[in-house]
Parts: sequence; C-alpha cells; structure tokens
Amino acid sequence: MEALQIKALTDNLDRVLQYVDAALEIMGCSMKNQIQIDMAVEELFVNIAHYAYKGTVGDAVIIASPDPKSGILRITFRDWGIPFDPLAKTDPDISLSVEEREIGGLGIFMAKKVMDTMDYRYENGQNVLTMTKKIG
Amino acid sequence: MLNITKTLNDGQALVALEGRLDTTTAPSLEGELKAFLPGITDLVFDFEKLEYISSAGLRILLSAQKTMNRQGSMKLIHVAPAIGEIFEVTGFSDILTIE
Repeated sequence: MEALQIKALTDNLDRVLQYVDAALEIMGCSMKNQIQIDMAVEELFVNIAHYAYKGTVGDAVIIASPDPKSGILRITFRDWGIPFDPLAKTDPDISLSVEEREIGGLGIFMAKKVMDTMDYRYENGQNVLTMTKKIG
Repeated sequence: MLNITKTLNDGQALVALEGRLDTTTAPSLEGELKAFLPGITDLVFDFEKLEYISSAGLRILLSAQKTMNRQGSMKLIHVAPAIGEIFEVTGFSDILTIE
C-alpha cells in the first residue's frame, strides 16, 4: 500500500486508523484482531504526536504492508523527531493492586502484547518502528 | 465517536458507552465522570455497545476504580470478548469487577 504521510497530531488518529483498517480489510481480518491492531497503532501514533517533536509539529509516515499469502501484516512508523526507543522502557508490573497501579505507562506495553514482533531502530535521522502480526 | 448515556439515581450511576473509547474520545468521558462522580456510591459501566478501547480508556477506568474504592463500588457489565481480552492482557481483569 502507498505510505501515509501525515502531521503527527492526535486529531489525525482517525485518518491513521482508516488507513490501517483498509489494509486489514485486504487481509480479511477478524474484529478481535482489528481491535488489537488498531490499539497498537493508536499507541504508537499518539506517542509520536505527544513526544517526538517537543511542542512543535512534525510529520509521521505510516506504511502498512499486508501480505495475504503469508497472513502477516507489517506496519512501519517513521518520524523525524528526537531519537526515542519506545521499547527500551521497562514493562509495568500488571500484578499490582488498584492503589499501586500507575495511571499511564500502559500503551506501549499493550501494543507489545498484542503484536507478534516489534522492532525499533534509528537511521538517517529517523525513528523507525516496525511491528508485525500474523492474522487469522 | 463515543456516545455516553448516563442514568443517575440517588447515589447510583449507570453509564452506557457506545462506540470507541480512545485518545480522541476519552477526554469527554473523563469530563463527565469528574462532574458527576462526587456523591456516587454505586457505579456501573455498560459496555454492550463499546467497540474499542485503548490505553487512554484504560487510564480512565483505573482512575474511576481508584475513586470508587474510596466511596463505593464499581463494576462493568456486558463486556464483549474482544474487549475482555484487552483487560486480560493488561491485568485489568484482576483489578476491575467484570460481570
């Protein structure tokens, strides 16, 4: 699919999800998988929107590569913001009680849980995050 | 898009959500809860028509649960399997009351 280049603003979340959902349609994705993938995409896009450009507005590029033959969907995010590895953060302790649980810090953890693979690299001044999931 | 239908009755609140509880829509629910939660002792969320939840939505549920632990009780009803799975993955199924 053609890449989607878009301003990294939370207001654009719906457009990003529409783009990804079009790829899911090609794959014949179940509702359960769609919810999980949308959630992972939301977390990563919102992360870029909130943190990558530190008070200024920059672009994000999203590339969804559906491969109906293997059943694997690959989604890549690129931005030109400050170098940041979202996978470097320690996972939150989900065994804690309500009072001990922190509000926040769950997004990337949730994304990691529902996707099969997630990989981060910094190259040519870009944060590049690639995730895959086998569908169906 | 998220539709919030709330029914308040003498310390009881039933909040039915329809649509998507995500980064874009979560602030409207947060605002509603902030306005009517004081004085509520029995809070029920009806998730029958909720199609999607992201961590922005989970944050609000956690915050509401913390408030209700101090002043009463909270439960979720009619949670669809796909949403329930998100609660499982995040450990939320252990800290929320889901019926």
